[in-house]
Amino acid sequence: MARRVTNRRKAVVTVLAWLVGLAIFFPILWIVILSFKSEGDAIKTPFEVLGSAWTFESYATVQERSNYFRHFWNSVVISLGSTLIGLLIAIPAAWAMAFVPGKRTKDVLMWMLSTKMLPPVGVLVPIYLIFRNLGLLDTRFGLVIVLTLINLPIIVWMLYTYFKEIPGEILEAARMDGASLKNELIHVLTPMAVPGIASTLLLNIILAWNEAFWTLNLTAAKAAPLTAFIASYSSPEGLFYAKLSAASTMAIAPILIMGWFSQKQLVRGLTFGAVK
Amino acid sequence: MGRITLDKVTKSFGEVNVIPPLDLTINDGEFVVFVGPSGCGKSTLLRLIAGLEDVTSGQIRIDGEDATDMPPAKRGLAMVFQSYALYPHMSVRKNIAFPMKMAGMPQDEQNHRIEAAAKSLNLTDYLDRRPGQLSGGQRQRVAIGRAIVREPSAFLFDEPLSNLDAALRVNMRLEISELHNALKTTMIYVTHDQVEAMTMADKIVVLRAGNIEQVGSPLDLYHSPQNEFVAGFIGSPKMNLIRGAEAAKHGVATIGIRPEHLAASTESGLWQGTVGVAEHLGSDTFLHVHDHGLGEEPLTVRVDGEMPVRHGDRIFLTPDESKLHRFDKQGLRA
Repeated sequence: MARRVTNRRKAVVTVLAWLVGLAIFFPILWIVILSFKSEGDAIKTPFEVLGSAWTFESYATVQERSNYFRHFWNSVVISLGSTLIGLLIAIPAAWAMAFVPGKRTKDVLMWMLSTKMLPPVGVLVPIYLIFRNLGLLDTRFGLVIVLTLINLPIIVWMLYTYFKEIPGEILEAARMDGASLKNELIHVLTPMAVPGIASTLLLNIILAWNEAFWTLNLTAAKAAPLTAFIASYSSPEGLFYAKLSAASTMAIAPILIMGWFSQKQLVRGLTFGAVK
Repeated sequence: MGRITLDKVTKSFGEVNVIPPLDLTINDGEFVVFVGPSGCGKSTLLRLIAGLEDVTSGQIRIDGEDATDMPPAKRGLAMVFQSYALYPHMSVRKNIAFPMKMAGMPQDEQNHRIEAAAKSLNLTDYLDRRPGQLSGGQRQRVAIGRAIVREPSAFLFDEPLSNLDAALRVNMRLEISELHNALKTTMIYVTHDQVEAMTMADKIVVLRAGNIEQVGSPLDLYHSPQNEFVAGFIGSPKMNLIRGAEAAKHGVATIGIRPEHLAASTESGLWQGTVGVAEHLGSDTFLHVHDHGLGEEPLTVRVDGEMPVRHGDRIFLTPDESKLHRFDKQGLRA
């Protein structure tokens, strides 16, 4: 028997959904509120905080103390660079797994994913030493390499699920029409997979933008992205809530805005292949 | 030119042997139909010729040249798929142009051929549409257009009409036959529909479990099927196969008589039975006759559309002795 959707049930579900949504969003909201308070007001009780005066002084100090745009630019280069290089490697890899699978393809996919289950700190020392010896520490190039490698399994997996949905007959038709493997990838597969590639691109830019472990450990000043910019406000002298909040707001704003505009693509990307 | 020779070709998928050693010659300009029940290996055979599957052993020659290890693109064959397999992100024009673009043909020549193909296939008004905006029949014509512009040495059709509705299927059948008459290029056509096979083919290859059961013209197969399988598969409605005492009278294990070679009468005849279902097609009526004492299966008989028979009527049947098919215990023509 179909469940009856009564108005009361609808109301309860709606209220619950709003509560969960607010709970998830609340920390971000609180950071934004704190960023507009003075350092003194920011450490008061929540009710006093809301009642206190609004000010831009934290933003002014943050802007004075550190170069936001340099960090911003580093974040852009690192996240875009690692995602694009990742895609260049992952498209042929996912093509092979989706259209010419071997006996071990599933195992390889699982193995690739399993690398994501390893705690990154487990390989911090070797990677740090390799970076030091190759002179890659505190370089954007080095970070692009690390983030490419870290996100590659996810990129391959996402593209693999998309490519699986493309009928093999169309690629066979291209082969019959005289397309070489390169032309098949460039003229047929990639354009057909554009929606999938777009959401993979978006999701990976976000993942790379937010990645903090490697960016914090492998950079000092020159290549430090926005994650390091935030972290620099939790200093040994103590936490400066208002300034930390202002820095955080500035760091997450670009990606939040991008996420807002590409919501539809992202949701499609994340749920793709879930319903068959 | 488009002479294709298969020499002891086999195909196995892992342990499963789909095509046992198979020899076949397809002559230049012939319209050859591979027909058989699903799973008989007809599509696999076509894909082997196309180069989309690798042969396990044996040799495929196209115009005398060994093509066994050639990639599909090098074989000079064009294929029309059951699902049409159009490029959804390209306009009809670009779809048709794709093989020529891949061959690096000059743009003028490409345009010229696109216009010509579009005109002959009634696609001129649709050249700038995407495949998603076309009907099934139009998509099929685009797929054919994409195949003809390359001027291939042979066309391969893999059940191209199965996704169309019945009326359109008849139309497209005629169009493909006309195309063959106009181009005189070799065509290999795969279908499970024996009506398509009968109406289109110069030569029919009947397949079962990867084996060729018989090769011949449609009328050869109709008049002298080499075994019971071909006898039952070719012809619509199916041939009546009678075993037991009645067959023994003719000194064989099985006799076959087509529905159109049985004379029906309400008064007298060799066999008698009761009319079950009567299918009225207008010009003809097909009667399914039960309780005839010749076996379990009802006998099918074709009578004139005007014959006044109804369910439950008593009816007498007389086979035309000269049209009787005789098969031995192995099912082979005796």
